Amino acid sequence: MLDVTPKLITERKALKANPSKTCQPVGAMYAALGVHNCMPHSHGSQGCCSYHRTFLTRHFKDPAIASTSAFSEGACVFGGGSNLRTAAKNIFDIYDAEIIAVHTTCLSETIGDDIPSIINSIAIPEGKYMVHANTPSYVGSHITGFANMVTGFIKYLAESTGKPNGKMCVIPGFVNPGDMREMKRLLKLMSVDFTMLPDTTGVVDAPMTGKYEMFPKGGTLIEDIKALGDAQKTLAIGSFASDAGANQLEKSFKIPYKTLMMPIGVGSTDDFIMELSKFSKEQVPYEIEEERGQLVDIMVDSHPYYDGKKVAIFGDPDVVIALTKFVLELGMVPKYVMTGTPGKAFETEVNALFEEFGVEGCISKQASDLMELHQWIKNDGVDLLMGGTHGKYIARAEDIPFVRAGFPILDRYVHSYMPLVGYRGAMRLLELILGALMDRQDRDCAETDFELVM
Amino acid sequence: MSKINTIDGVLDKYSAKVYKNRKKHMLEIVEDETKEIAANSRTIPGMLTHRGCCYAGCKGVVLGPLKDALIITHGPIGCGYYSWGTRRSKGESFEGGKNFLEYCFSTDLQDTDIVFGGEKKLKQAIKEAVEIFHPETILICSTCPVGLIGDDLPAVALEAKALYGIEVLSFACEGYKGVSQSAGHHIANNSIIKNLIGTSDYKPKQHSVNILGEYNIGGDGFEIGRILKSIGYEIISIMTGDGSIDEIRRAHTADLNLVQCHRSINYIAEMMNIQYGTSWMKVNFIGVESTISTLRDVAKFFNDPALTARTEEVIADELENISPEIAGYKEKLTGKKAALYVGGSRAHHYQMLLNDFGVETVLAAFEFAHRDDYEGRVVIPNIVSDADLKNIEVLTVEKIEDKFKIVKSQEEIEAFRREVKSFEEYEGMMKDMNKGAIVVDDLNHYETEEFIKKLKPDVFFTGIKDKFIIQKGGVLSRQLHSYDYSGPYAGFRGAVNFGRDLTMGLYTPAWSFTVAPWKKESILEGTFGGEQ
Repeated sequence: MLDVTPKLITERKALKANPSKTCQPVGAMYAALGVHNCMPHSHGSQGCCSYHRTFLTRHFKDPAIASTSAFSEGACVFGGGSNLRTAAKNIFDIYDAEIIAVHTTCLSETIGDDIPSIINSIAIPEGKYMVHANTPSYVGSHITGFANMVTGFIKYLAESTGKPNGKMCVIPGFVNPGDMREMKRLLKLMSVDFTMLPDTTGVVDAPMTGKYEMFPKGGTLIEDIKALGDAQKTLAIGSFASDAGANQLEKSFKIPYKTLMMPIGVGSTDDFIMELSKFSKEQVPYEIEEERGQLVDIMVDSHPYYDGKKVAIFGDPDVVIALTKFVLELGMVPKYVMTGTPGKAFETEVNALFEEFGVEGCISKQASDLMELHQWIKNDGVDLLMGGTHGKYIARAEDIPFVRAGFPILDRYVHSYMPLVGYRGAMRLLELILGALMDRQDRDCAETDFELVM
Repeated sequence: MSKINTIDGVLDKYSAKVYKNRKKHMLEIVEDETKEIAANSRTIPGMLTHRGCCYAGCKGVVLGPLKDALIITHGPIGCGYYSWGTRRSKGESFEGGKNFLEYCFSTDLQDTDIVFGGEKKLKQAIKEAVEIFHPETILICSTCPVGLIGDDLPAVALEAKALYGIEVLSFACEGYKGVSQSAGHHIANNSIIKNLIGTSDYKPKQHSVNILGEYNIGGDGFEIGRILKSIGYEIISIMTGDGSIDEIRRAHTADLNLVQCHRSINYIAEMMNIQYGTSWMKVNFIGVESTISTLRDVAKFFNDPALTARTEEVIADELENISPEIAGYKEKLTGKKAALYVGGSRAHHYQMLLNDFGVETVLAAFEFAHRDDYEGRVVIPNIVSDADLKNIEVLTVEKIEDKFKIVKSQEEIEAFRREVKSFEEYEGMMKDMNKGAIVVDDLNHYETEEFIKKLKPDVFFTGIKDKFIIQKGGVLSRQLHSYDYSGPYAGFRGAVNFGRDLTMGLYTPAWSFTVAPWKKESILEGTFGGEQ
């Protein structure tokens, strides 16, 4: 497995090997799926759209619909205007979408298609909408694309009536519907009146009913996005994925926002709950207190199995930063913390956590890749690896227990229904971590040391 | 309801313009008549096509499986990332050889590269790849923006080749070229025939073949190889499943080319015939009966009594091994109806395997096949090339005297042609289909849903994008690209695997829970408001 990866680390300036990020449009497509009755539309050649749908489908084991402008070579010369016009007509005619959310690819971006003026030239049927976001694949990553599409929805749709509606706008970040569901549960328990944008619950975790619905029950309603201009505050969960949208609402409507770390683990979930409590001016209900107490109880009970273990974590920045904080809370050592998404803020935030928890000799790196992570591990090993499915090759090559967390997870079922966020998500994560470590102990220990009770 | 009405019923919803276009891409099979179908034309925007792009056809399909070639995707990160490990072309590492199948290499272009050009970064990436991995071959694949910004990849490849003394080839497979994956096949074929085949020498030790258009998905190629080797053939190269550059270099030394996927590799088959005198035969290792008749046809070509006898022995042995299981599955599958929508080849081949189990095909569709794959190669002279395809290079090759191999005399070849209809011929999918079945080209999401309602198949074989759409509607969908992570499906053992997977899918208890009990019967006792 990964036999040609050398132990000797040499600097690479140009060659990316086994990336830990993908390109913008898939993030935009995911964000668009989180709007009710919305058709994500990829303005480029059709290969991108197929790849992005495929990837989301493989992660969620659920349909991910999207249309494409299907550029031919001619469109590259003359621009993709007529492709987008034809597409819009067909999508409204045949698929009856309420809204088309256009994103771009490296092709249409390099050509320089002016999407707003193309959209302006389209006769959009009464009561229907078209919005867009520029998502050049050669900038940032899929997380950037997610942030850009959320911003696009706000730019096009949000409006202010001048009458505040007392709602909180929650931008949940690039997370699974299981996480969004858990955040919504906590928001409701905290009596916060909110709009979550995007909200993929009920879309990419739709139930089996025997009847396929192209536009499932879930997704943020267009009227709720419109009303965001009257919101009282925005909560941006994870700066990389959610700041841009929150910032847009502030710019357009002077709605203040607060950026929080993804609520993974004790401290970040505490911050999330405190923020909700401040907003709703409600007490934290016992139900939440109980969950928190249960989590801490489990942590105390099981600490001998995870304490001091060295972990390598990779994936998307907001999730990785939050996972790092949780493993630090557990008393584990996040030896390597890596994201493929570029952005110095990642290293700053992770290094601050290293300092806060007083760990030394740990590495944080942005814009890195899985080959580099593998080389670090070859030089100085870890006890646990956490990240998306692509990590399984390293886990096998180096025989490291592996916890799947983040995006994409292509080789397991159920995961997207289950949260990592909140106290409950932390319990689940801890169960996964303990399971991986304890299975390993059971596998590797001498027969005389094989324990019935652990 | 007649099937003609079925098609009209589907088309009805379309605007006049779309109606006119899509009508040409679907037909009903009628007896004694091969109808013309429109294929390999531009994708209509906004229809929810399943098609991918030229890059996918070139890098993802043809080049990707070459295990010892280090492939650098020159572009932003996505294209390389999505084609990393996702097509299940298996490859076994060989002694001392390098295996790059688990890797994804990309220049990960940034906005500054788009502005100032990406050549410098590509050169640096090649340098780093050489220094770290010491590959013998580097292949560079272009993506959309590369064509637009004008990076000169052939020049970079030539320079690198001279600099490092290794093979470096570039492929201008930008995603917007052509109308589908198909253009990418052609581009990959052109380079393989120009730069690789015939560049090293070798003398086969026994009856020798190349397997063309076999990508070893889920180990299909391993199973085909197992059968051929047990009969006594020497396999010189496989293009390209579990393939290696060295094997391809000596492909011209084989006696016969066996073409499994006609669409993706017929260019090489044709050109090798002209350049090296290598005859080709359309084979089909999918399905028990197909595999048997393929093996017999291949044996006939070599016309060696020992080989023929051994062929029959192997067939008998294999049948003895699989027959009980095949019969068991057949009992559970006979009478079921299937629809197939796969890329450019399997929608045909798998009908033969379904026949083995008594399953009827009611609809078959290709994403990106050409008219010859539907109607047979006989129509090739009548195919009109349109503007979207004109920039895909068509190579003209000539006989290479010193490497030209004569296995059979011209007379023998002509006689053989009369005897075996798949010799240097492909009769297309439609000829093998039953009257009344429906054929669709570039089937889209809406049409899929409509045809399911009208034809009510028990299983819809297709890809990952619509698998869960179909299953949400209560119909089993098995993937015929990835085999749902199972396989092999080729050859004798593959047929058993396929029968097992299909039976399991149709009979899994979960289907019976689709409707909740409270939807089936009322549990509320009492009266509705106002009712007495």
